[in-house]
Amino acid sequence: MAITEQDVQASEDAPSVNYLNNGYGLKSWLLTKDHKRIAVLYIISISIFFALGGLFASLVRFELMTPEGDLMSSDTYNKVFSMHGIIMVFFFLVPSIPATIGNFLVPIMVGAKDLAFPRVNLLSWYVYVVAGILGTIAVVGGGVDTGWTFYTPYSSTYSNSNVILAAMAAFMAGFSSILTGLNFVVTIHTMRAPGMTWFRLPLFVWSHYATSLIMLLGTPVIAITLVLLMLERGFGFGFFDPNLGGDPVLFQHLFWFYSHPAVYIMILPSMGVMSEMVASVARKRVFGYEFVAFSSVAIAILGFLVWGHHMFVSSQSTYAGMVFSIITFLVAVPSAIKTFNWTATLYKGSIVYDTAMFYVYGYLGLFLVGGLTGLFLSSMGLDIHLHDTYFVVAHFHYIMVGGQVMGYLGGMHFWWPKITGKMFPDIWGRVSALLVFLGFNLTFFPQFILGYMGMPRRYHVYPDEFQVLNVASSMGASILALGYLVPGAYLTWSIFKGPKAPDNPWGAKGLEWETTSPPPTFNFEETPVVTEEAYQYGPIEEH
Amino acid sequence: MADDHHGPTVRIYLAVFASLMFLTALTVWVAFQDLGMFNDVVALGIACTKATIVILFFMHVKYASRLTWLLAGAGILFLLILFAFAMADYVSRGWLGMPMSQYLQ
Repeated sequence: MAITEQDVQASEDAPSVNYLNNGYGLKSWLLTKDHKRIAVLYIISISIFFALGGLFASLVRFELMTPEGDLMSSDTYNKVFSMHGIIMVFFFLVPSIPATIGNFLVPIMVGAKDLAFPRVNLLSWYVYVVAGILGTIAVVGGGVDTGWTFYTPYSSTYSNSNVILAAMAAFMAGFSSILTGLNFVVTIHTMRAPGMTWFRLPLFVWSHYATSLIMLLGTPVIAITLVLLMLERGFGFGFFDPNLGGDPVLFQHLFWFYSHPAVYIMILPSMGVMSEMVASVARKRVFGYEFVAFSSVAIAILGFLVWGHHMFVSSQSTYAGMVFSIITFLVAVPSAIKTFNWTATLYKGSIVYDTAMFYVYGYLGLFLVGGLTGLFLSSMGLDIHLHDTYFVVAHFHYIMVGGQVMGYLGGMHFWWPKITGKMFPDIWGRVSALLVFLGFNLTFFPQFILGYMGMPRRYHVYPDEFQVLNVASSMGASILALGYLVPGAYLTWSIFKGPKAPDNPWGAKGLEWETTSPPPTFNFEETPVVTEEAYQYGPIEEH
Repeated sequence: MADDHHGPTVRIYLAVFASLMFLTALTVWVAFQDLGMFNDVVALGIACTKATIVILFFMHVKYASRLTWLLAGAGILFLLILFAFAMADYVSRGWLGMPMSQYLQ
């Protein structure tokens, strides 16, 4: 969509006071109750943790360039992959889209002035920061070597690393996401603008509603599980110790009851981003809107009933495993509904090949592979062969990085003009999407083969015949890193040097595109009245 | 949001506090009694009663809208799902009719 002179003029005529310039100085940011500023604070914070987690990932890939453990010791390697996982899961992936793009957009999309509890929103950021500081202290103070899963009895009895500190950090990060989820649920229920009925809500809001339900229902369980772990480790309570009547597998039950739905906390908001971008780039209403909306809720609910598929090779009963396996196959159905419906939306759409479209294509490809390989792992027999191999590592990276990060980056590009009021160079956006797609596939596709051939995860010494694929994977990681660094560079450049963004640079539908770029502090000059369904794209305008 | 302004009175708060203290003392006393197979049942019963009182009065759910009841109920439902599926594992582990050591092999 080309930007016309009228667009630019309209943007220049917009009120000069917006959420970015209505107060300067550190205090105006650190004590802000504006959901948009808090979103920006989150963007900065999670970017720092993404860089830190990425650094640990780079160390892992460096080490795996050779079959020998020549860069670091086994203990150090254990700590490096553990810190990569803990930081990426708890401090980047879980909060990434809800706390940043979601925080910014949910109130605007429903036509509200702010979230229902602005102070609670700020509190969630502070809780997150304190959790992040604790996590950083755990890293600097010697690290933790349990893997991000904190499995007992290793974490409770044998590990000599900073388990309690890292668990406390994850515990607090969980509370931060509970507060965010609570705010979204109450806002979506009570603060919708006149005329904004449930079935006029953008699908981004539906997916955040489903995500918030998981945050509210699941996160307390991981919180209490980590408390039990800390009590066990600190005081020898015996919840997970067979000698004291406990059971180590109980930890896995409690851990995965949250941590499997947590995957949907990561991917559902990303799916919401995709729905918005697909409709915009195809200039069409999302095909089967109601099905896509309810599939989010179905994923949220079914996602709670599948956790035992992580435990097929533990002492979990075969019968329980069969039930978990069947339900895991079922959860693929709502995920497939979304993918099919996005594809159907593109069919006969007036597709615009801009940055958003590139990210949509990338997402569809990567999520498809990630989702389908999940079905391999939900088959109990095949999982015995693939469990704890690089196949699993590749699968969940296709979902959590290929899917989620693709959605996060796509969304950041799509709404960047709204958030910052500045345009980025579209050609660079497309280049970065391609770099991420190519780099990602080169990094993780070889890991499917490695895993199938039997290379276990979490080992840094491996047989010589695995080296070629490991080197390919490490080369891909370099391209992937470039794909992340390039947007960091030109998006930062655009803040200072980019052209001013019009209110609706993509010609997209939605309340966020009807307010100014960047929006005023209370989002709208007047409370909007919604009179039509979402994504009512009319005939294409000629510019 | 019906009845938002009808919260518990100070008198109710004090009554709730007193009942929680009484139930805590009862928990401690029960811990020293041998009730056989009812040890866990009684302890969990007292704990659930205390949690119910806290949820209804201290967390104002008794005075809240039906939507709040729905969300609080969802929390309890998902807790039951956790218990049910986890217990389904423990109950059915022996069904293959092998000792655990063989089963693990």
